[in-house]
Amino acid sequence: MMVNPTDFIQKQQTHFHRRSLLKMAGLSGLSWLTPLATRLARSAEADQRGKAKSLIVLWLEGAPSQLETFDPHEGTMIAGGSKARKTSVNGISLGDGMQQVAEQMEHISLIRSVTSKEGDHERAIYNAKTGFRPDPTLIHPSIGSVICHQMNQEQDRLVDIPRHISILPSKTPGRGGYLGDQFDAFKVFDPVQPIPDVAARVETKRQLSRLEKLKFADQQFLKNRGNNSIIGESLKSSNLDAAIRLMSSDQLNAFDVSQVSESERAQFGDTPFGRSCLAALRLIETGVRCVEVTLTGWDSHVNNHETQAGRINILDPAYASLIKELKKRDLLDSTMVVCGGEFGRTPWINPLGGRDHWPHGFSIALAGGGIQGGRVIGETDPNPQRESPPKASLKQPHPIEDVHATVFSAMGIEFETELDTPIGRPMKICEGKPVQALLDV
Amino acid sequence: MKDIFFLSLAFGGIAALTFSLTRVEKIAAPKFAKDNDLVLADVDLVAEAIDSAFAEDWSARNLSHADQVNNLLVARRISLGIAGTIPSLAEIREFESQPESEQIDWWVARLLEDRRTSNYLAERLTRALVGVEEGPFLIFRRRRFVSWLSDKLFLNKPYDELVAEILTEEGLWTDAPAVNFYTRTISQNEESNKPDPVLLAGRTSRAFLGMRIDCLQCHDDFLDTVELGNAEDLRSGTQQDFHSLAAFFSDVESSLLGIRDVKEHQPYEYQLLDEDKASVVVPMVPFHAELDGKESNQRTRLANWVTHQENRPFARAAVNRMWAIMFGRGLINPVDEIPLGGPFPKVLEILTDDFVSHGYDLHRLIRVIGSTQALRLNSAADFTVTPSHENLVAVFPTIRLRPEQVAGAIAQSTSLTTINSGAHITTRLMKFGQQNEFVSRFGDPGEDEFSDRGETVTQRLLMLNGEMVGERLENILNAPSHLASLSPDLDTAVDVIYLTTLTRHPNEEERKQAVSGLSGQDRERRGEEVIDLYWSLLNCAEFRWNH
Repeated sequence: MMVNPTDFIQKQQTHFHRRSLLKMAGLSGLSWLTPLATRLARSAEADQRGKAKSLIVLWLEGAPSQLETFDPHEGTMIAGGSKARKTSVNGISLGDGMQQVAEQMEHISLIRSVTSKEGDHERAIYNAKTGFRPDPTLIHPSIGSVICHQMNQEQDRLVDIPRHISILPSKTPGRGGYLGDQFDAFKVFDPVQPIPDVAARVETKRQLSRLEKLKFADQQFLKNRGNNSIIGESLKSSNLDAAIRLMSSDQLNAFDVSQVSESERAQFGDTPFGRSCLAALRLIETGVRCVEVTLTGWDSHVNNHETQAGRINILDPAYASLIKELKKRDLLDSTMVVCGGEFGRTPWINPLGGRDHWPHGFSIALAGGGIQGGRVIGETDPNPQRESPPKASLKQPHPIEDVHATVFSAMGIEFETELDTPIGRPMKICEGKPVQALLDV
Repeated sequence: MKDIFFLSLAFGGIAALTFSLTRVEKIAAPKFAKDNDLVLADVDLVAEAIDSAFAEDWSARNLSHADQVNNLLVARRISLGIAGTIPSLAEIREFESQPESEQIDWWVARLLEDRRTSNYLAERLTRALVGVEEGPFLIFRRRRFVSWLSDKLFLNKPYDELVAEILTEEGLWTDAPAVNFYTRTISQNEESNKPDPVLLAGRTSRAFLGMRIDCLQCHDDFLDTVELGNAEDLRSGTQQDFHSLAAFFSDVESSLLGIRDVKEHQPYEYQLLDEDKASVVVPMVPFHAELDGKESNQRTRLANWVTHQENRPFARAAVNRMWAIMFGRGLINPVDEIPLGGPFPKVLEILTDDFVSHGYDLHRLIRVIGSTQALRLNSAADFTVTPSHENLVAVFPTIRLRPEQVAGAIAQSTSLTTINSGAHITTRLMKFGQQNEFVSRFGDPGEDEFSDRGETVTQRLLMLNGEMVGERLENILNAPSHLASLSPDLDTAVDVIYLTTLTRHPNEEERKQAVSGLSGQDRERRGEEVIDLYWSLLNCAEFRWNH
């Protein structure tokens, strides 16, 4: 059979009609949730305000330079000529390129003294995303997976689309680890592209016929397997219902930033990252618990200043607009936004004009979800000595797991709880300590 | 003239394709089946001992056991286990032409001579040996390691020699790929650039000895979960034990010449939990010290002890892992947590004895496991199947396919020819590309590969609407299109679809249902129906689970 590629594009964009959906629902034994139930659950959630309910991670993979972003030291040797810019909060400066973020500083707080024991990207990313160092016998869940695991309430069951989403994922999107693959982040790409795998490849009538055939095939296999106490249930239920519900959910529209006015899109920046931040905002509105948006390309071993400036130009409008819009929509109190990478970069500039890996004092920015804005924790040394131990002059150091503990604490997650891992080894959700000074009113 | 030539070429092609639906390429008989009848008989005796051991277990616990399944399903299980894919149509036809009593031996022998098997087993074992991550830039070449291991497995290098080579090899990560076992553990930000003895100790213990002693890195065992000493006189593991094992790696260094031992001995220093300062820890084996030959080269000494004929944990770990690869779960689980003092399932001990006494022959181990009745038991039963039934293999365990098995099976089921090293390079490349993308979206289980992590909605969507399934079904060069236009009759088409996807013939109800869907349709609709039937079978539980 010849296939016309344009047919498929059209088909991918075709949404199912309600009636055919009901038929599919019947086929898969699905019970439908009414819009009223969704609204009731949302309002119940709104009654418990005060605690963070969702998380957006702006994941700067490759490691941004703290000196050009959140921790400038203008005029010192380590600045290497980089300038600082005043912000809306007296006494706090940001890197010169962080123009729009500077205006939102009253909502943002900084930990300028984050440390990690990992100086290799792959291991440090694991450390930053999970709060644990890589362990050969166990895969720890990422922060978003833990949140979805711990915050599984009535309103979560009304969200058709995955509650943990990674937009523009690099090679290491958040994983469920020992909590199970069902807590893995759902991976999507630049919101101008169709969402992968959610559109049926054939028109509705044919899709219904396919599902009939599938139902028949499954019945044949399941005939003698209902009495299997180990996998009988998972064979029967599978995730077909959830998948079909997702394929036809109106909530998918949250990904479609083309529905947003051009001026609103423009303020986030006409970049994949900017569009993804806009989509993240819409997903949080829809009830998604955790969205991770990745901006790669920070690994500036060569030409640090140019590399960082290029990335900052993309980060600045997207990050600032995200904070501004969350505030405007009254979602900032319930949504925490964490921005940072796996480590920082050396205070010294190398012979190629680059900065190398520096896990000994770097910055993570937090906003919303109960974080008091305009505060700074920790301080890096403006004149570090190469001979001294790297962390010697770092004030108020915080290992990266403290950031996790802070997020969990703001969300009301009892992070010292021990979970059972599949190998029977009890494991605390997080071994860090919350940075209380960011949460105290 | 040109036209006639073209027409004859076209008709020739069509005729060849039509022929391929009923009778495809002739597959050479495996060499093993001809020359080794004596060894085969011996394999059967061991398999019988295993069958009896299981039967005793069942009767002692009053467990019913499942019936046997047909040989084709057994062939499917074996292919998924050791080759990560399912049999092709050509292979099924050839399989069916063998005498029934010889079919499975023929199939195992054939797979052991096929690079699909060594490549797949190498990838599975590599996970245990060096993990799945990319690791240190340039100096860690995972692909080189896998292909090196694949060559060794293909040639059936004795497992003890293979492990000794991994532990003692010197040289560059490209020329001497076994050293990637060491370079994987180098932290490129440490100034010393040395392989990490702590990571190597944990890895050695898990991969070669089937014991997780990682917790001893930081503290003594306080949960009584780590038994060391020796099998007759067990004691709790200590932090000292772990670091004494790590100390064997203190002389390994990495330089421009690759991995080698330093000329001047470098003592291993560590500050144990109850000490005030770091002190020298000397190399000592964690159990069965009587087997330690105390050779002067630390790595040689460790390798000789690990692979010592009387060091049963070494052989047991290999046997348990191979059983898990073929059954989806080990005789002891987790596969790398086998207690030093037991208790051990009798079957594990029979296989371990056989493995050691036959020179750590991995191919023989696969043949023995392939000959057991356990591998022929139905996964469905007319009694309630409980965890005890699966633990004692009174039923074949029903296990979700791994992502690369799903991808391999999708690729093979939609191809009329066998996708192996003999397939055209573009076919193999296409499969490789699609498979990588598929596994990446499906989610790689990583090193922790034998625990069921649950199916996700994302995985379901990938099967329902994803690129790989869609493209494999819609590509006019693949099986569905060929079947739709060239099948001699509808019965054959339906039969081939079931054989290529589920490795079985359709039952009467299925055949009727499928044929009625196809009959009376115009050419285009019939094409769509074939694709839709394929789609439903690729998405059904029977395809997605090993059963």
